[in-house]
Amino acid sequence: MKTTLKILKYEFHNVIRNRWMLAYALFFLVISEALFQFGGDASKVMLSLMNVTLLIIPLVSLVFGTMYAYNSREFIELLLSQPVDRKWLFVGMHAGLALPLALAFVIGVTMPFVIHGVGEAGNTPTVVALIGAGIFLTLIFVALALLIAVVNEDKGRGFGVSILLWLFFAVIYDGLILLATLTFREYPMEQPVIVMTLFNPIDLARIALMLQFDISALMGYTGAVFEEFFGSVTGMVVSFGSLVVWTAFPFLLALRRFIQKDF
Amino acid sequence: MNALRRLSCFALGAVAVVTATVSAGEIVVHPDGPVRTLSAALRLARDGDRIVVHPGVYREGSIVVDKSVEIVGRDFPVFDGEDRHTVLSVRASNVTIKGLQIANVGVSYVEDRAGIKLEDAHGCVIEGNRLRRTFFGIYLAKSSNTRIIGNDIQGEAVREASSGNAIHLWYCRDVTIEGNHIRGHRDGIYLEWVIDSIIEGNVSEDNLRYGLHFMFSNGSIYRRNVFQRNGAGVAVMYTKNVQMIDNLMEHNWGPVAYGLLLKDITDSYVARNRFFRNTVGLYSEGSSRITIERNEFTQNGWAVRIMANSVENHFTENNFIANSFDVATNSRQTFSRFEGNYWSGYRGYDMTGDGYGDVPYRPVRLFSYVVERHPPTLILLRSVFIDLLDLAERVLPTLTPESLVDRKPAMQRIR
Repeated sequence: MKTTLKILKYEFHNVIRNRWMLAYALFFLVISEALFQFGGDASKVMLSLMNVTLLIIPLVSLVFGTMYAYNSREFIELLLSQPVDRKWLFVGMHAGLALPLALAFVIGVTMPFVIHGVGEAGNTPTVVALIGAGIFLTLIFVALALLIAVVNEDKGRGFGVSILLWLFFAVIYDGLILLATLTFREYPMEQPVIVMTLFNPIDLARIALMLQFDISALMGYTGAVFEEFFGSVTGMVVSFGSLVVWTAFPFLLALRRFIQKDF
Repeated sequence: MNALRRLSCFALGAVAVVTATVSAGEIVVHPDGPVRTLSAALRLARDGDRIVVHPGVYREGSIVVDKSVEIVGRDFPVFDGEDRHTVLSVRASNVTIKGLQIANVGVSYVEDRAGIKLEDAHGCVIEGNRLRRTFFGIYLAKSSNTRIIGNDIQGEAVREASSGNAIHLWYCRDVTIEGNHIRGHRDGIYLEWVIDSIIEGNVSEDNLRYGLHFMFSNGSIYRRNVFQRNGAGVAVMYTKNVQMIDNLMEHNWGPVAYGLLLKDITDSYVARNRFFRNTVGLYSEGSSRITIERNEFTQNGWAVRIMANSVENHFTENNFIANSFDVATNSRQTFSRFEGNYWSGYRGYDMTGDGYGDVPYRPVRLFSYVVERHPPTLILLRSVFIDLLDLAERVLPTLTPESLVDRKPAMQRIR
């Protein structure tokens, strides 16, 4: 445990000193601030931020995560030559990566809202949902990045896989859902579609935000089925639960591989 | 002794009644007074008299007001219909009813029972009354020059079939409905064959069906009203020369809920209204020659749904902000014009610097077409994949209406 904290502290400092991290925080800050400057309206700003969050956070977490894992390989090997528990070393690495990333996002997004206000009072839960979704996505995709780095020896291959994985979750998966709905259009597809979204963390985050932004559309005909599920206690528990599973599963898998790995 | 006292009481009462009637035509109704019921007071009254009703609960069945009197309640005396009666039935003109509480009219499937019912009554004023659990609240038939002002009407409607409208007008003209607070009825304000009337500053909320519902009611003006959380929003049909200005329609949610539904409305003017968080902001079917300008559509499911049988409507200088879908339609043909609106979804630029984007904006997305045909795809709303599809469609429209386009999209929100 003590080792974890030490490693976390080291990684945290190391990552935070990274120029990319600064750029990442500045990116969110500039985007949100610019949206406020040009658009002005808080609800519009949040809508644009939602797209950015769902697209950029998984990408950066994956790419930066794999890059960082590959680059610190020698450091890891050095540490492993010491009497350090592999488990705690891995936990420290994950936290040391995910925390600064999440922090950069939260600070970058929150500051302009603090300065300009959230507009209407009803917008506060939306901002909270946005930040929560961002943090979850960071945790999940950093874990996936570490998994990729642990599994693939080759750096180039690892990068390729992480980009592909991002493309799959961010874009292709929704295409598959659309395809499935159109193919089986003769059947009631509401339930299968809900189940399908549970297997994509980006979709889960998107729906959580959709419940804030598009509640009015969701209350229309079929939409009401979605609202009924995701808006109900069961639905919230299920979607939150699957986000937790999504956080834990790649993490535990990567941890196992890391412990077994022959460096 | 006892008999003597009773006699003196009676004499005193008689004197009181006589003086009350004579002096300035004022009759006092008091639960413990000489005149204990409004019905009795009405029998004593002459045209132009004033009847002051003191606090208490009056159960008089149906009261017929057939004289031109002013009925004024002190601290809201309660008139209870005991779930069986129309409470006040006005059949004379120039009647004023103020400050009464009317309760418990009771559901009827046979007659239109109401809290206050005016038939063939003209020049009346219904002001500052409280209506509770009235089947129909205030009901006017064949009346004119009447003012319905500042009443508070609260129903407990559960099902459409067994509930009535809060303010119901049939065959009326020159009526003013102003500053009333209405909730829990079937329709908040219902007008049929009503002309040249003004509906202003009312709040109509949580009604089962429509906040405002009118048909065949030409030449009326609707200003500064609030319609919220109604089962189906506001529906206006088969009418011309309507002006709807500065109203707020919000939180009308559901499969058939509209902020404002225009059906066969012609030559009308819809301006400066705010549509906030409705499933459909404005729905237009068979409506023509309507100017829709300077309205604000914010966070609606569908800001505007316009059917192809709506022609020559002109949407100009409206703000479309953060709606799930800006415009939806059922055809590739469109006969309405969109010009100079602000669209928060617009991604174009303004090189000429005239405040309008140089690239036209197509408010109908490919995705709205897809959702229309395959509703479950709605779950993909705001997905990157869908945005890419929309982008491709915008560059080269193949399924969405080519002519439904704003060639002068405003760069700044219109204030």
